[in-house]
Amino acid sequence: MTVVLRVEHLVKSFGGVRAVDDVGFTVGAGERVALIGPNGAGKTTVFNMLNGQLRPDHGSIQIDGVEVRGRRPRAIWRRGVGRTFQITATLPSMTVAENVQMVLLSFHRRLFDIWRPAAPRYRDQALALLDRVGMADQADRASATLAYGDLKRLELAVALASRPRLLLMDEPTAGMAPRERAELMNLTAALVAESGVAVLFTEHDMDIVFGHASRIIVMNQGTIIASGQPADIRADAEVQAVYLGSGAMFAPRPGGAA
Amino acid sequence: MSGDSPLLTVEHLNARYGRARILTDIDLAVDPGQVLAVIGRNGAGKSTIFKSIMGLVADRWGRVTFAGIDIAARGPAPIARLGLGYVPEDRRIFKDLTVMENLAVGRRPARPGLPCWTPERLFTLFPNLAEMRHRPGGRMSGGEQQMLTIARTLMGNPRLVMLDEPSEGLAPRIVEMMALAILELKREGLAVMLSEQNLHFAALVSDRAVVIEKGQVRFHGAMAALVDDAAVRQTYLMV
Amino acid sequence: MGFYVAQFLGGLAQASSLFIVASGLSIIFGVTRIVNFAHGTFYMVGAFVAYSIADRVAGAWGFWGGIATAALVAGGIGVALERLLLRRLYQSPALFQLLATFGVVLVGQDAVLAIWGPEDRLGPRAPGLAGRVHLLGQAIPHYDLFLIVLGPVVLGLLWLLFHRTRWGVLVRAATEDREMTAALGVDESRLFTTVLFLGALLAGLAGAIQLPREAVTLHMDVAVVVEAFVVVVVGGMGSVTGAFLAALLIGQLQAFGILLVPRITVVLAFLVMAIVLAIRPYGLLGRVPALPRGTADAVEPPLRPASPGLIAVALALTLVLAALPVFAGDYVLALASETLIMVLFAASLQFIMGPGGMMSFGHAAYFGLGAYGAGLVVKHFGATMVTGLVAAPLLAGLAALVFGWFCVRLSGVYLAMLTLAFAQIAWSVMFEWTAVTGGDNGILGVWPASWAATAAPFYELCLGLSIAALLLLRRIVFAPFGYAVRAGRDSPLRCEAIGIDVQRFQWLAFVIAGVLAGLAGGLFAYAKGSVFPTYLDVPVSVDGLVMVLLGGVQSLVGPIVGAVVFHGLETQLVRLTDYWRLVVGVIIILLVLAFPQGIAGALGGRLRSGRSGTGEAGR
Repeated sequence: MTVVLRVEHLVKSFGGVRAVDDVGFTVGAGERVALIGPNGAGKTTVFNMLNGQLRPDHGSIQIDGVEVRGRRPRAIWRRGVGRTFQITATLPSMTVAENVQMVLLSFHRRLFDIWRPAAPRYRDQALALLDRVGMADQADRASATLAYGDLKRLELAVALASRPRLLLMDEPTAGMAPRERAELMNLTAALVAESGVAVLFTEHDMDIVFGHASRIIVMNQGTIIASGQPADIRADAEVQAVYLGSGAMFAPRPGGAA
Repeated sequence: MSGDSPLLTVEHLNARYGRARILTDIDLAVDPGQVLAVIGRNGAGKSTIFKSIMGLVADRWGRVTFAGIDIAARGPAPIARLGLGYVPEDRRIFKDLTVMENLAVGRRPARPGLPCWTPERLFTLFPNLAEMRHRPGGRMSGGEQQMLTIARTLMGNPRLVMLDEPSEGLAPRIVEMMALAILELKREGLAVMLSEQNLHFAALVSDRAVVIEKGQVRFHGAMAALVDDAAVRQTYLMV
Repeated sequence: MGFYVAQFLGGLAQASSLFIVASGLSIIFGVTRIVNFAHGTFYMVGAFVAYSIADRVAGAWGFWGGIATAALVAGGIGVALERLLLRRLYQSPALFQLLATFGVVLVGQDAVLAIWGPEDRLGPRAPGLAGRVHLLGQAIPHYDLFLIVLGPVVLGLLWLLFHRTRWGVLVRAATEDREMTAALGVDESRLFTTVLFLGALLAGLAGAIQLPREAVTLHMDVAVVVEAFVVVVVGGMGSVTGAFLAALLIGQLQAFGILLVPRITVVLAFLVMAIVLAIRPYGLLGRVPALPRGTADAVEPPLRPASPGLIAVALALTLVLAALPVFAGDYVLALASETLIMVLFAASLQFIMGPGGMMSFGHAAYFGLGAYGAGLVVKHFGATMVTGLVAAPLLAGLAALVFGWFCVRLSGVYLAMLTLAFAQIAWSVMFEWTAVTGGDNGILGVWPASWAATAAPFYELCLGLSIAALLLLRRIVFAPFGYAVRAGRDSPLRCEAIGIDVQRFQWLAFVIAGVLAGLAGGLFAYAKGSVFPTYLDVPVSVDGLVMVLLGGVQSLVGPIVGAVVFHGLETQLVRLTDYWRLVVGVIIILLVLAFPQGIAGALGGRLRSGRSGTGEAGR
């Protein structure tokens, strides 16, 4: 398995408090790694450093062996990092297809054209991708009018349109009903299998984490306290103490755990 | 107020944002001391029910009675002063204000026959907050903010608290603490209405449940019936 | 040495007054999220009331009593303004609020003119503080020392008020989230009224205490509000302490700047603002503003190509307009030319406001600089009209290139304020740089070339250029560039995550708008035969806004409708009455009250509701 994302000795402080303290891990092609931990553990800070919204104080972030630490979000995107947002961020004044076309226009550096109409450009490619996420029949709807679950699928298509090497998903299933959650993660799994993209996601729904992650990293107070297979994480006494609790808030061990 | 009449009654509540109809003829009731769970997926209209009751949706109509008073046409401030507490989904802590100042904003006079909340009493319910009295709300973690937003609403000494998605985005351990806190409130005699995606959580704290889909009530009954009945769950909750 | 100390102390005294007026503006903005253009009106009324009382009642009672009364009167006007107008606008888009308060400014100017007349007034010295102390050989007025103390005292009192009283904590809570504050049982309408009282009182006080230091005039309202904006924006909107620091900075700058560049100290203040904002986009002590709640503008539906019907109508209209000289006289043609120029101006503004989502309160800068571009090459090089019409968009575009670079770093009200500031810089340069621009006397004799000297060919020129520009804008909006600009407005977060450099697209859009506004200004110079600094002044920017809002911000056809309606209306009014400001002000206020979401928005909503019934966010 090739390593896509390699993080080493990552450090970030806010006003003297170390929010992220010497964090290192890797994510390989085709892996779906869950980053979990208590609120305020530093997950979001790690995420924001990976996608370029925050500048790390120290450490290294490599995508396919290329150092991207401290680069701007759009530069990191160009290096092959796609992302979905916890609160969906689409372009509401555009249609579903146009949302995907924008990614392709940007990717092929065609946005400075002030003359030729944009509507037909890369439309076929966009439709093919929308078909993959089951949104082709809604291609010409205004994205502002989509149902919540469909917005999430559009976000997935938008994130994958530039053929990223790494996909960052910030609480991908937040606000969804249980079955929708599972469906979205199954779709993600299928797309990952096809494209070999590496996935790193945060999530508070333990049913999703234990059912859909191939590996789990647990953070607490800025450091990684555990990392491994779902079954091991579930049994880890420290993880239970700081994060999982008694286990009353998620399903008991699913039959034949992943 | 007599013990058996509902504290909050909602009849034929409708709401609209722009031209989009969000709620259609919602009926529900909460008895004193009862916990009602409003269940449904995102976009079903759960938050809009809370906001409409609270007077935060401009375009709404229907009957809403709280403690025997018609509140359908009132604004949020008078409704809150009648003893209806609202904890929004996104917490909406005053980030520039300290914990104590946040609590001060919520402070209202005591109500006879109901628990009177002081900061000190709230710190026993949420011990984490006691250690950060003078910390600005913006420098607290998500779990701490969730505790503060509930504590802030309790400072108004409400008869009923509406909690919109109290477990969303919280670590399982914090969700457990929330569940215990809600059960504690119930023991104190407060009525609670909460919206939830997490069925484990809802089942643990609620007496009754309402299932909302596309802005309409699809199920109204005992929480136990919802949990035990696989067919009902399958139909309404897609579990 | 002593001279510099005296300058320094004078700067401190100036800073105190500036701080007091700015703190009121900042407090009002903090809670209501309304940028109150009428704040200068409170200040002016305060000064006039204090003058009248000191004029009638002699001695200390008249002077100090006058100041106290003036502050209370201004506070009362603030209360009335909140109760009658602002209260109805809290859910409206920011631009409407700004426009409504500008309507109040216009009404206030004519009201003060009617009550006090047009003469400038000089106030008395402060009883008991009329003397001077001698320091290092310089005479320092006692009154200045009093002001130097007053500023920090007011700051201290405000701090205590906001941190040590329940009212203050509630105000700070409402500043962050007024809906949540109400949901906790706080009577927000009373809170808002008291905040307006305090803010207006501070403005009235600041105006009144200036009595011994400067003349009371009818123009002090806009002058002071623009200066107060600069202070508030530099300090960080909503931050009283920030306003204090900014006032100190700008007070000193003016005190010493006057030694270096005697005529354009105001430019220095704006320069400081531009620098501060480029480094700290939300001011010295400001923070990234939270998105306002419950005021989301309706989401624009996706672009659709023009229907065959619309194309047919446009073609027919073009033919009719082209044939206008056949059956219309010179006066109608001149009016039609001017209207076409206004259409072009409004369309350029709509381009950055609609697709670009950038609120500009200073678009007059590019219109006026366009006019000066043409005027200056005529005046200094005797250039032909073609050269003039090339120089016009060039100068405007150059200015847009420089100003836009700063502006696109901000958004929302901050952006609007910065555009206004740049427009004021451009205005003061044109006004003060008499040697080159002729100053207040303007540039005369900017006449069209002989082939366009009569009404008909000049009209055809305006028609041709306007239509070409409108088609170009439409083409751009439908091209990838236009999509990218709209994407930047829709979601900067998403854009950054799909490799779109939002600021660069906004910057270029800003320049395109500037170029086209400059072309409009150039044509306007030739239409009028002259160029004056008033072309860059606030009222012209407001005209542009009203035209765009009248037509609907998101409608590509809107600016045409808006410009035709508004320009026609205004032209008639100015001919009919001396109090046209009052009438225009009242019309603006009524429009905003009647159609809080815009006229075209209201109509468009009704038209669209017949079609797709799917939900649209916002109200």
